[in-house]
Amino acid sequence: MYAYDQYDQAMVDARVAEFRDQAQRRLDGKLSEDQFKPLRLMNGLYLQLHAYMLRVAVPYGTLDSRQMHALAEIADKYDRGYGHFTTRQNIQYNWIRLEDAADILADLAKVEMHAIQTSGNCIRNISSDHFAGAAADELIDPRPYAELLRQWSSFHPEFSYLPRKFKIAVIASDTDRAAMKLHDIGIQIVRNDAGAIGAAFYVGGGMGRTPMIAPCIREFVALDQLVTYAEACLRVYNRHGRRDNKYKARIKILVHELGAQEYAAQVEAEFAHLLDQGVEPPLAELERIATFFADPPFEDDAATEIDRSDPDFALWVDRNTHPHKTPGYVSAVISLKPVGGIPGDASADQMHLMAELAKDYSFDECRVMHTQNIVLPHVKIADLHALWSKLDEAGLGSPNLDTVEDIIACPGLDYCSLANARSIPVAQKIQQRFADSGRTAELGELKLKISGCINACGHHHAGHIGILGVDRKGTENYQLLLGGSEAQDTSLAKITGPGFDEDGIVDAVEKATDVYLSNRADGERFLDTYRRIGMAPFKEALYD
Amino acid sequence: MRILTGNDLKSGAVVWWDGSDWSLHVDHAVDVGDRAEEIAAREEAARRVNVPYAIEAQRDDNGVRPAHIKDRVRALGPTVRPDLTLKPSDAQAGNWVI
Repeated sequence: MYAYDQYDQAMVDARVAEFRDQAQRRLDGKLSEDQFKPLRLMNGLYLQLHAYMLRVAVPYGTLDSRQMHALAEIADKYDRGYGHFTTRQNIQYNWIRLEDAADILADLAKVEMHAIQTSGNCIRNISSDHFAGAAADELIDPRPYAELLRQWSSFHPEFSYLPRKFKIAVIASDTDRAAMKLHDIGIQIVRNDAGAIGAAFYVGGGMGRTPMIAPCIREFVALDQLVTYAEACLRVYNRHGRRDNKYKARIKILVHELGAQEYAAQVEAEFAHLLDQGVEPPLAELERIATFFADPPFEDDAATEIDRSDPDFALWVDRNTHPHKTPGYVSAVISLKPVGGIPGDASADQMHLMAELAKDYSFDECRVMHTQNIVLPHVKIADLHALWSKLDEAGLGSPNLDTVEDIIACPGLDYCSLANARSIPVAQKIQQRFADSGRTAELGELKLKISGCINACGHHHAGHIGILGVDRKGTENYQLLLGGSEAQDTSLAKITGPGFDEDGIVDAVEKATDVYLSNRADGERFLDTYRRIGMAPFKEALYD
Repeated sequence: MRILTGNDLKSGAVVWWDGSDWSLHVDHAVDVGDRAEEIAAREEAARRVNVPYAIEAQRDDNGVRPAHIKDRVRALGPTVRPDLTLKPSDAQAGNWVI
């Protein structure tokens, strides 16, 4: 994985020193909260319901064991012994003291991490496929391009004060595991009819209060012009984005209002202008970056057979492993969704264990998934049972990837000052309901996502089943949505009708699954059945 | 009653105005009537609190209860982590929020 050079380290160290001074001036009363707020937000420090919250960037979700250990130590030393992995492949700490914030950033800098651009109207953490560099179905490894974009977007002077926040995802397979079309810019590395590799640009997607699927504005951009094209996309947005209205300021509104064709035409004009401006980094820089993402030393003849005599282990293998490009290896997913747990939360002890397991079994590497789980990308099949045994013993062996128990949930009203309703208790009740009834396996793939407000951090628009918490006259109320997907078959879920209270929404989810089981054809997932039979049978079961 | 709340500047902890100082416990909150802005301005200037604001609440036999669920969650702590709330030994604490 990428290692900082002297410039990266110097920039991060300088930012720590700068923030230390700013925080001290705030504590000394030399800065008001109005003056300090934009400065702390530039360093990922929010003020949430119970305390300051620090959001730490995990570039394209990739961590080594040293970094995961450091995250655990921060949880122990400065927080309350745990952290929360987010739907942006980041980690958040919920109980931070302002007095400690600069020390935390200094500790992060020692392991080549920071919290820069995890808030504010700038280009946020670049996300990617959590199986990048490992997946059997990918064209090339997208991470060097994600890293190139990370470097381009970090402290980019022209894009530090965009109309609104800006999120970019990069993938390199036809299977979308990064919700690419629901980003401000989604980049898919593709091969064209002539056999050349380039990038398709999808611009103007997003969730939030106005969900939109990004249209493809260019099917092929040469990889040695990728950064220039991205710069052109941003320039047009920066020029025309609606700074007068926060709710219309995202690029999705601009693309929608201009029309994809007109937006694309303006990007083309800007792109042509930029091509001879020296925006693109030299090829040598990309080649330097790419060396950090070379394959680890896989064994040539690693065993491919799995002893499935232990049924619990076999179930976990079936559910929580993903095909690897190298025979004898798989990517293994550590579920952070134990029944009754808090989706995405990990204790310091669990983080230390995951770091050790990454070191012992996955060439010192792990990944944060946007679905709030952790991946060990390169696990030898022969080591799987030993790995699973250690995970199971630590409560991290839940065999529930992509099932109704693998729920994405934002922190909701238990932690977030923007939320209208709690998400986590609803997730826990749904998990418990299906675990108790033993129907999780019968339901198969069912992606359930819960947001505590319209900002959609819990990706409810993209759930096969989505739940949106709202405030109805001071009381929590939950809307049910059906039919969303953030995969390559991206679709936006539709609201079924009037909302439910906390217990009612759990019953409603169960009724929706009853309709699915009664109607499904062979091999159909919940989403497939919904798409075939439509909303009416579900509404009938829910409201009649 | 109107009570005053904010966050401690240094720790970020949720605090409530008790008439002479800031308390971690909502039960200590006092009715500030029409003095909310005056107290808030003075205390913020003295850097004893961050972004203070007044809310509606009721006092009953169980103590002071903010009118809105968001402030009840602030008063108690996350309902999903009873080990981290201010009433960890009270099995009914979560119900107080709802």
